[in-house]
Amino acid sequence: MQPDKKGYFGEYGGRFVPETLIPVLDELEATYREVKNDAVFWGEFESLSRDYSGRPTPLYAAEGMTRHCGGARILLKREDLAHTGAHKINNALGQGLLARKMGKRRIIAETGAGQHGVATAAVCAKLGLTCIVYMGEEDVRRQALNVFRMKLMGAEVRTVCGGSRTLKDAINEAIRDWVTNAQDSHYLLGSVVGPSPYPRMVRDFQSVIGKETRKQIKDKTGRLPDYIVACVGGGSNAIGIFYPFLKNEEVKLIGVEAAGKGLKSGMHAATLVAGSAGILHGTKSYLLQDKEGQIKQTHSISAGLDYPGVGPEHSFLKDSGRVKYVAVDDGQALEGFKLLCRTEGIMPAMETAHAIYYVIELAGSLNKNEIVDINLSGGGDKDIDIVAEAMEAGK
Amino acid sequence: MTRIDDIFQKPKAKALIAYITVGYPSIEATKEVVPLLVESGCDIVELGIPFSDPLADGATIQKASFCALQNGITPKRCLELAQQLRQEVNIPLVFMTYYNPVFKYGIEKFCYDSAVIGVNGIIVPDLPPDEGSELEAISHKQGLDLIYLLAPTSTEERIEMVARKSRGFIYLVSVTGVTGVRESLTTNLDELVARVKRKTSKPICVGFGISTRQQAGQIARVADGVIVGSQIIQLMQAEDDFTSVCSFVKELRQALDRAQSS
Repeated sequence: MQPDKKGYFGEYGGRFVPETLIPVLDELEATYREVKNDAVFWGEFESLSRDYSGRPTPLYAAEGMTRHCGGARILLKREDLAHTGAHKINNALGQGLLARKMGKRRIIAETGAGQHGVATAAVCAKLGLTCIVYMGEEDVRRQALNVFRMKLMGAEVRTVCGGSRTLKDAINEAIRDWVTNAQDSHYLLGSVVGPSPYPRMVRDFQSVIGKETRKQIKDKTGRLPDYIVACVGGGSNAIGIFYPFLKNEEVKLIGVEAAGKGLKSGMHAATLVAGSAGILHGTKSYLLQDKEGQIKQTHSISAGLDYPGVGPEHSFLKDSGRVKYVAVDDGQALEGFKLLCRTEGIMPAMETAHAIYYVIELAGSLNKNEIVDINLSGGGDKDIDIVAEAMEAGK
Repeated sequence: MTRIDDIFQKPKAKALIAYITVGYPSIEATKEVVPLLVESGCDIVELGIPFSDPLADGATIQKASFCALQNGITPKRCLELAQQLRQEVNIPLVFMTYYNPVFKYGIEKFCYDSAVIGVNGIIVPDLPPDEGSELEAISHKQGLDLIYLLAPTSTEERIEMVARKSRGFIYLVSVTGVTGVRESLTTNLDELVARVKRKTSKPICVGFGISTRQQAGQIARVADGVIVGSQIIQLMQAEDDFTSVCSFVKELRQALDRAQSS
């Protein structure tokens, strides 16, 4: 669906930001509207998606995993093969082109796992833009490889030491920078969160995943899949693959959140499964908050899912029942990670591993004629240290 | 009890508005300092209800908010404290907080509870008028002034909208940025105030980054009031008896009075 004029998906969305940013969002929205039907803009986006990002990414029949699960046929949409190793490049490229069009030469970004930071750094290097990436201290530690990558591409990585020292705090700091430098800087937000028009704009750039999947699966099997499963942090890879299938009610859509150390432990990031409505980072959506409206600390083994909010369109899709949201914990995600390594020789990102684990359970309960499509949103090279640490601890 | 409008009735009066974070550095400190701020010459006190993610605030208020939350401050405790302060001071008290704590408390209940204990207004920096219709309607029904903000980036249309909708006064943000002490302010602040004045006769108070009597005096030549926060919080942190806070506020008062008579 398209959000209403004020950027609401049902009751979620909007623009809850300081006055300073409203004219900036108006400008962004106007520019985005202008390029919406601009063949030249989309022509450049598509040509760079092909030659720079390596699109279309393959839709791969995971026979090893299918055999192991002993049920539905499993297909993987290989976003891990996109340039910089995750779906994040789609949005970074789109917004980078938009920033250039607006004449904004300084790019601000936040990053959790570092995938969005790396994608943004790459696009800025390519387009000749200055790049500042905010990253929580905890994430800088656990995603050291990506920090190094960003620096190699010329980005300045600013460590954020406030609050929980993860993605939420990186976004706070990025917004503070944006409020201060609004006139010459573009905030290249990495997920379908934040004030309008970000949730819709990021979705549009990411929906290339779903559009390709639709065509590829029809070519391969002659029909649409029965299930599409994707992990959800802020929710950009999930909405990217779900969006072109929303109208096909027969395709069941499942979003997998991080249950961390278990939903009962309170140490998780399952915003849609266990949260309630509130306002954070410029948008009204589901949140993990206490009874006073203070934002809770979250936990997930995967930095990219470690966030107390979620995109407003996901909140809408949860309430409408169109998408089912579930949660998978740290240990289960680790199982998913190991299984895909062994059965397919593919190392998924720990974020994606949550979706893999869910499908291990799901596929076994389905028959051989059914098709499950997983959005393999990113690769797991960045997670080697965390996985080794977790395996050591689990011994 | 004085209402916000009354403060600006006196011809050429320049309002001195102080912001403090409730519960920083302690609950006792808040109780003690508010009457002292009034004695030293403040016309309005903003009571900050701390929020975990204060994205319009710089390092000083972030730290104060974090510390206040550690001290167990909740919106309910802030209301209780405001009720006690109301017994001691006659000037307008205004809550300043982010939208989520108000939303979670219940907008209707928050406005009702605030009005009953004698709070006069509310400022919510992440709630622009575009999103404010619900809080606007409910706060006005309860006789609370919902004070909106303008910024250097605001367009003419937005200045008109905020001028029309803001009650009590218009909070003009002096810089594109977050709260916090700055060495210098936007150079074209006079022009910014003049732009707003052309659209409205409502009082305009300037805040963000004001930390010296020189800055306060300079702003008071053109605006109707000056809002000081981070500098007061930094001074509060340093001592127990608030001597330097009081002398700082007295200096500001003098600077404003001089601007009024000049």
